[in-house]
Amino acid sequence: MARFHKVLIANRGEIAVRVTEAARGLGYRTVAVYSDADADARHVRVADESVHLGPPAVSASYLSTERLLDAARRTGADAVHPGYGFLSENAAFARAVEEAGLVWIGPPPGAIELMGSKRASKRAVEAAGVRGVPGYSGDEQDDETLIAQGERIGFPLMVKASAGGGGRGMRVVTDAAGLPDALRSARAEATSAFGSGELILERAVLGARHVEIQVVADQYGNVHHLGERDCSAQRRNQKVIEEAPSPAVDEALRGRMGDAAVDVARSCGYVGAGTVEFLLEGDESFWFLEMNTRLQVEHPVTEAVTGLDLVELQLRVAAGEQLPFAQEDVVLMGHAIEARLYAEDPDRGFLPQTGRILRWSPPAGARVDHGVTEGGDVSPHYDPMLGKVIVHGADRAEALRLLDAALQELVLLGVTSNRPYLQRILRHPTFAAGGATTRFLEECADDLAGGDPTLGDLAVAALAVLVRSNPGVAPDLLGWSSGRSLASIVALEHLETVHSLSVRRLGGGRFAVTRAVDEEDAESVEVTLLAATDEALTVSQDGVRSSVPYACEGDAIFLPGLALTDVAGRPAGSADGGSGHITAPLDGAVTAVFATVGDAVSKGQLLLVMEAMKMEHRMTADVDGVLAAMPVAVGDQVKTRQLLVEITPAEGA
Amino acid sequence: MAPHMHPIESRLDTSSSEFASDVRFMEQYVERVRTVLRKQDETEHKYLPRARQKGKLLPTERLARLLDPGSPFVELCGLAGYGMYDDGDGRYSGGKLIAGIGRISGRRCLVVIWNYAIKGGTIDRVNVEKMLRIQEIAFRTKLPIVSCHESGGGNLVGASAMADPWMAALFTEAGRSYGQQAELSAAGVPQITVSHGNATAGGAYQVALSDVIILVRGKSQVFLAGPPLLKAGTGEEASAEELGGAEMHARISGTGEYLAEDDADGIRIAREVVAQLPPDPVVAPRRASAEPRYSPDELIGVFPEDRKRPVAVQEVIARVVDDSCFEEFNPEWDQGTVCGTAYLGGHLVGIIGNNGPITPAGANKACLFIQQCEQRDAPLLFLQNTTGFLIGTAVEQAGQVKHSAKLIQHVANTRLPKLTVLVGNAWGAGNYAMASRALKPQFVVSWPSAKQGVMGGAQARKVMQVVTEAKWARKGLEVTDQMKAGVEQQGQMIEMGIEMISESMFCSARLMDDGIIDPRDTRRVLLEFLDVVLQASERQPVAPTYGVQRL
Repeated sequence: MARFHKVLIANRGEIAVRVTEAARGLGYRTVAVYSDADADARHVRVADESVHLGPPAVSASYLSTERLLDAARRTGADAVHPGYGFLSENAAFARAVEEAGLVWIGPPPGAIELMGSKRASKRAVEAAGVRGVPGYSGDEQDDETLIAQGERIGFPLMVKASAGGGGRGMRVVTDAAGLPDALRSARAEATSAFGSGELILERAVLGARHVEIQVVADQYGNVHHLGERDCSAQRRNQKVIEEAPSPAVDEALRGRMGDAAVDVARSCGYVGAGTVEFLLEGDESFWFLEMNTRLQVEHPVTEAVTGLDLVELQLRVAAGEQLPFAQEDVVLMGHAIEARLYAEDPDRGFLPQTGRILRWSPPAGARVDHGVTEGGDVSPHYDPMLGKVIVHGADRAEALRLLDAALQELVLLGVTSNRPYLQRILRHPTFAAGGATTRFLEECADDLAGGDPTLGDLAVAALAVLVRSNPGVAPDLLGWSSGRSLASIVALEHLETVHSLSVRRLGGGRFAVTRAVDEEDAESVEVTLLAATDEALTVSQDGVRSSVPYACEGDAIFLPGLALTDVAGRPAGSADGGSGHITAPLDGAVTAVFATVGDAVSKGQLLLVMEAMKMEHRMTADVDGVLAAMPVAVGDQVKTRQLLVEITPAEGA
Repeated sequence: MAPHMHPIESRLDTSSSEFASDVRFMEQYVERVRTVLRKQDETEHKYLPRARQKGKLLPTERLARLLDPGSPFVELCGLAGYGMYDDGDGRYSGGKLIAGIGRISGRRCLVVIWNYAIKGGTIDRVNVEKMLRIQEIAFRTKLPIVSCHESGGGNLVGASAMADPWMAALFTEAGRSYGQQAELSAAGVPQITVSHGNATAGGAYQVALSDVIILVRGKSQVFLAGPPLLKAGTGEEASAEELGGAEMHARISGTGEYLAEDDADGIRIAREVVAQLPPDPVVAPRRASAEPRYSPDELIGVFPEDRKRPVAVQEVIARVVDDSCFEEFNPEWDQGTVCGTAYLGGHLVGIIGNNGPITPAGANKACLFIQQCEQRDAPLLFLQNTTGFLIGTAVEQAGQVKHSAKLIQHVANTRLPKLTVLVGNAWGAGNYAMASRALKPQFVVSWPSAKQGVMGGAQARKVMQVVTEAKWARKGLEVTDQMKAGVEQQGQMIEMGIEMISESMFCSARLMDDGIIDPRDTRRVLLEFLDVVLQASERQPVAPTYGVQRL
């Protein structure tokens, strides 16, 4: 029986906090690890000890086996919990941990290895009698074989990298003509991303649900399943909202899928907590997709409905204990839903966001697993998920209400997040009716898009500008003139649109906020400012009173679901774009340059490409002119709003 | 725990029909003042299409951009020149300047916007007098002056009109304002000017004598003589741009430190320069500020239309000071002159008000009170409502001349800051002694229905009657009905004339105060003024002894 006393958590963010707290709850000492970017992070604060790994880059920190094992050695940690992501599904790391004489809190390396290969795992589970999506997962990898197999399977067809995950190396092919190209590009991407160009082909199961079964196994051959999670609300294969149980799974289907999942786990000699993912079609037929040999982000919904603590179970199993319950003891109670809070801008192609968390207040009455600290930075180096909000209701309708209310109550200012987007999903009739498939978010993207800020929202933001511009001034004196009536001018930029507002004090706390629509027309709203602090405004609009938290940093003003820039202080010519000053939209690296100083450039012309948060950003000229300066080169790390290119606008441009 | 002060118990019945009628009366007065300011704005707005065509902002737009959004603004001398010279029905009043105290980049500043949309922002007598007053305020408050300058130079039409016997002296007065600019610079009071357009001759000095000059590309024209005068003077032909354009000054003459792209950019630079000044001193209040128990909004109905009906000044104090609390200084010793201490925004102030004429006892009481305020370092707040020093054998023999002179000495010489509000009557030497403009309070403002002058119209009429009848008697003339009618007619003329020239708008036009305020704004205005004067004693301007010079 393996015994251990001190657990090193080889991860960061919310999951490191989650694991640390569970381990401490069982009396284990805990060790956090951190990179330069995480020195003050919450996961470091909650652990008993912490060890610095190195620079922010993951290869030098959270992915460095050597540094992690060194940290364990120096602190005397005798067990390692990998969390999810990073090295959690890296068999070589698991082996290295075990070879160092430490307890690996996870499945046997062999199971990780087998399930890490789409090709090998598919063959193994099919041998165990569980159906995979019809397709080809053979050894022959030449184009001729793959094309022939593709035509046999039929279209639409999925081409997947065998070693892949997270949507990389994956292509959907709608007809035979597109297959050769798809094979070529998927293979190239797989080779560069995963070091293996092996591909599998599968019938594209479109419009199905993503339903996964949580399994737990001990070292004595006991394998139980804990019911399913429905993770159909996905965006580019990234889960956004997860729930348990699935609206599409009844007791009988749960039994069948659960048995299949247990069979899969047994087929690889699984130990610990794992997840078997299936595609579930409308006719209740389901297909094995893959097995995740780690704790899942969305594990809390299972915990909520089963009353079990999955991390505790992982620790007990690793310590050599038997599962403390039998399959028939597992009862699902009520309904749980989780929403993932990402630092991303749904209104700008889900561009990941960086910056400082100016205000953070998680809602009461909901479970919030997070790694956020007020004043902490969201860095460009890691996954933009900030945390997740989990609620548990008596039934699905109650859970939906609870989650919507919790998200409404949650305050996150300083970094744009998907919070309003999550609420729009919850309120969408398709999702509310439990009818979401994996294509829901894409198909209903228009319904889920955020609109322009209302004049009412902008009016509150304008009042926030007035308040913050006048520290120490009583609200009664804001905008007051003893003589002629004056209007304050406030210019707020939202997504490249500048809203010019004029704010006139009407007395009695009332303000008229007017926005010019064009040269002649204007629209106006009245807002009453009842109270103001540097954290929140109490306002009344149309007789409805509310408290609106806000935060400012430099020219940026953050209100719930609204990030604005005060552009009143901008130098001339830069107010409405076309300034010729191209700045970095976020922290990242310059990866390509397409122009040099002295070039004549035209508006819209591609000047350089930067990569940030694993995404490419194409920087184009915003005005016709001559390229006057480019103080960056390929490979440079740049900061948000750093000048990349300066163009001298052409006469009359 | 600080001891508690007595709250004032108001006797004003705000639900009475009398109060309602007094509110309407005062609202009409307020509206008259607002109308003049609105007319100035309308004159300006007529210029909007041309301003847009020329790529310029209107003066009030410059003001709005210069101030921090939401900044409180105390306008100064807004009615300057109203009813004087050629101001139309007030539409051209204001002295071509919009001036006041507001916040720029978090710092209180004196703001001066040249109203080029009114007669080209030309320099005339009213303009010069208003500028001199703003400069005087700057000397005493040490507030920076930030100007958006654009002026057509001297008003040649006005200068040749001979309408004003003092017109020639304007030349000297204008020069005095340039001298004062130099003195302010040497005193370390920063003067920051955006030159938005024309600045010829005198106008050029207004720009050039500023510590910091911001030029606007293609707009500034700063020269001693523009193309027409140059041609007239020497025959040389040159363009305005060559003579005094922004780029010329920035590149060649060095008359200007910053070159802005347009009006808004120039104002942005001015705001940035102000942001680089040291932050305003913070004068910690002695107590936590508290709103009055009685709403300041009720001040609109405190003073009656019937000027003979007495008003207790305590009713005003109750609606101005913190928590409506007022510790009265010996009310048993003369009730006509009201003295006492109170807190305003948490700061201690000594208040002197009137409930009637000033007696020798009242004058003595006020003198003693001022001495004690000096000891407590409490700025003085005068609330004027006096018919003057009491007259008559009894008081003359009691030494009224001596005692009233002594009060004038105290008020004139106190080192305490003085703030004055003319709430009702302000007649005769009582007007001086209660710190009207004559005795140089830091700020003096009036309520719209206030009146000031040597004496009331009716009194003047009676005086004339008495004097004339005495003259007849001395000469032994037989008084005819015709003579009586003549005196009566003359008396009416005098009364009408005196009443007219004692009206607040008439006096404010002549800069006998710093502006007329809505009575409901009294607390707000005084909070701003008090902060300014308290900060002034903490400000330590630093300047090279030679002033800032452009080398």
